[in-house]
Amino acid sequence: MAETILELTDVQAHYGRIQALKGITLNLEKGEIVSIIGANGAGKSTTLMTICGIIKASAGTVRYKGQVINDMSPDKLPGLGLCQVPEGRRIFPRLTVEENLDMGAFHRKDKAEIKRDVEMVFDLFPILRQRRHQAGGSMSGGEQQMLAMARALMTRPEVLLLDEPSLGLAPIIVAHLFEIIKDINKEKGVSILLVEQNANIALNTANRGYVLETGHVVMQDEAQTLLNNPDIRKAYLGE
Amino acid sequence: MTHVFKTIWFKFAFAMVWLYFLLWPLMDLNSDGTITFDKSFAVWIRIVVVVAVLLTLYRLKKRGTFEPVANGVHRVTAPLRSRLGLVPGWVWLLLIFAFMLALPQFTERRVHDVVISVLIYVCLGMGLNIVIGLCGLLDLGYIAFYGVGAYTYALCALYFGLPFWLCLPLAGIFAAIAGCIIGYPTLRMRGDYLAIVTLGFGEIVRIILNNWMSLTNGPNGVSAKPMTVWAPVFEGGFHIEAIPLRNLADLYYVIFFLAILIIIGVHRLNFSRVGRAWEAIREDETAAELMGVNTYMFKLMAYAMGAMFGGIAGAFFAARMGFVAPESFSFMESALVLSIVVLGGMASIPGIIMGAVAIIALPEVFREFSEYRMLAFGGAMTIMMLVRPAGLIPAKRMGERGEEKE
Ligand SMILES: Nc1ncnc2c1ncn2[C@@H]1O[C@H](COP(=O)(O)OP(=O)(O)O)[C@@H](O)[C@H]1O
Ligand SMILES: [Mg+2]
Repeated sequence: MAETILELTDVQAHYGRIQALKGITLNLEKGEIVSIIGANGAGKSTTLMTICGIIKASAGTVRYKGQVINDMSPDKLPGLGLCQVPEGRRIFPRLTVEENLDMGAFHRKDKAEIKRDVEMVFDLFPILRQRRHQAGGSMSGGEQQMLAMARALMTRPEVLLLDEPSLGLAPIIVAHLFEIIKDINKEKGVSILLVEQNANIALNTANRGYVLETGHVVMQDEAQTLLNNPDIRKAYLGE
Repeated sequence: MTHVFKTIWFKFAFAMVWLYFLLWPLMDLNSDGTITFDKSFAVWIRIVVVVAVLLTLYRLKKRGTFEPVANGVHRVTAPLRSRLGLVPGWVWLLLIFAFMLALPQFTERRVHDVVISVLIYVCLGMGLNIVIGLCGLLDLGYIAFYGVGAYTYALCALYFGLPFWLCLPLAGIFAAIAGCIIGYPTLRMRGDYLAIVTLGFGEIVRIILNNWMSLTNGPNGVSAKPMTVWAPVFEGGFHIEAIPLRNLADLYYVIFFLAILIIIGVHRLNFSRVGRAWEAIREDETAAELMGVNTYMFKLMAYAMGAMFGGIAGAFFAARMGFVAPESFSFMESALVLSIVVLGGMASIPGIIMGAVAIIALPEVFREFSEYRMLAFGGAMTIMMLVRPAGLIPAKRMGERGEEKE
């Protein structure tokens, strides 16, 4: 039995008076890829932002490596090995690729190791090496997504939260990105919580999956089982 | 072709009519109650002629009429330019430095006066640049810190007899503390809210200075002692004495070196880890936080830092004027510094220096025109936003730092 690295228990979250999460319970085991699927507005991004403390949970607990992190300031988390690639990439558009990567290593002091890691992410995403002096915002959507992932890898994460990495990208680039996501998981042992609207590729990549609807977890199972579930196929795979 | 021609001149005519409607109430609704038309018409017709000529030139350039001439000039100057390009940057800096050092020797008082003002505004621009250019916080009450610095010197010298050189760091520290006090509640807000709240706090500081009669002497202001330097005196035996600096040329050197120190400071901050974090906050606050930047602390730091430079400039201002009053720290001044930063180019040090020259020195040069300063100002800003939206000398972004590291 693998150990649980991230665990949400009955987490609720509000935007003002609107309740976006109505009690989310989920867990991520060490070394796993778990995907959260659901329609637009189901609360997927809110879940990730609540894990990172950008939105404070109004009830329930978020536990990371056994420690409750509800009240922790978000800027402490990269240092603990928890990092998010937010929806819409959100790179720093007027900073260069290298400077963006530098920001990923913001909490680190080990200069030599940082240099090694920059080379490591350049090996993972060779296009970024070519663009290293270019402003992040001047790159294509796919390149920006790669930069956002590379930037997150610079924090040396143990858990990576990915919010819709396929958003707005051509299918061939999406396929390439998901190969790299699998790589990151396998080679570097990073546990991944993957939020996607593209249920097909998400469930094909993940070990397990959760289905979110209007702030509730309505279904959870092995990824393959979910893929074969006729209801899921109808609702999320367009059949 | 003729169609394009027609629409452009139609727009021109329309804009000019609109301009007249703007000019007339400004210039011909006289304070004695009479209404005239001649003054605004005289100015208006000149503007019309100048703009028409410029527009014609622009049209001709677009059509390529000047291309043979431009090509010729280009060919003649090409070797010269390539040779100038070979001169490394530090040589230019050295030349500028030498020129600035020698400036008081071959110029008159009026020039010293203007250049001192420009340098004060360079310091202010540098400080505000940290807050707006680097950290992306729109601060409309920045001049409050200038006021805190100025009053720190005037009052410390008045009540405790402290010398200028001790008050200078004190002014910086007090301004930074004021920055923290104002920033503590306001920096939790974002965007437009922050702008409004800082505007309010700026006014509050001015009103405190205005109304706290027993401390600041209210709207009448307080006199500030001239700054002193310790110098050896040989009359009646050798001893060291504090001599007041009254000569404008001497004051010029003081503010010149203060400005250089501040510029070096801002330059170093710009390329440091802290500067990078500020830029990340400006670009995307949430993403910066997700990358481990304590955004609140860094914003507060930017605010305090910017305030500190403003406070230092303020202390000098008080010593130079010999007098401070609350009216020197009105919202107009904040707007002036803000326009220096925007006009020059956010986050660009040479840009801000150019901006200060353009906004402070040019109106002095065109003295006769100073009545319509705000009009010219508005016009210049509008044209700038059209022609150079990133400022006179935009901050070089791409690749600059990466290449430096190699
Ligand atoms: N900033 C916000 N203010 C108010 N309501 C929000 C905000 N962001 C999201 N919501 C609401 O919260 C719910 C969940 O949104 P979100 O987590 O972004 O969904 P998803 O990522 O699954 O598309 C939606 O109903 C959305 O309208
Ligand atoms: Mg979302």
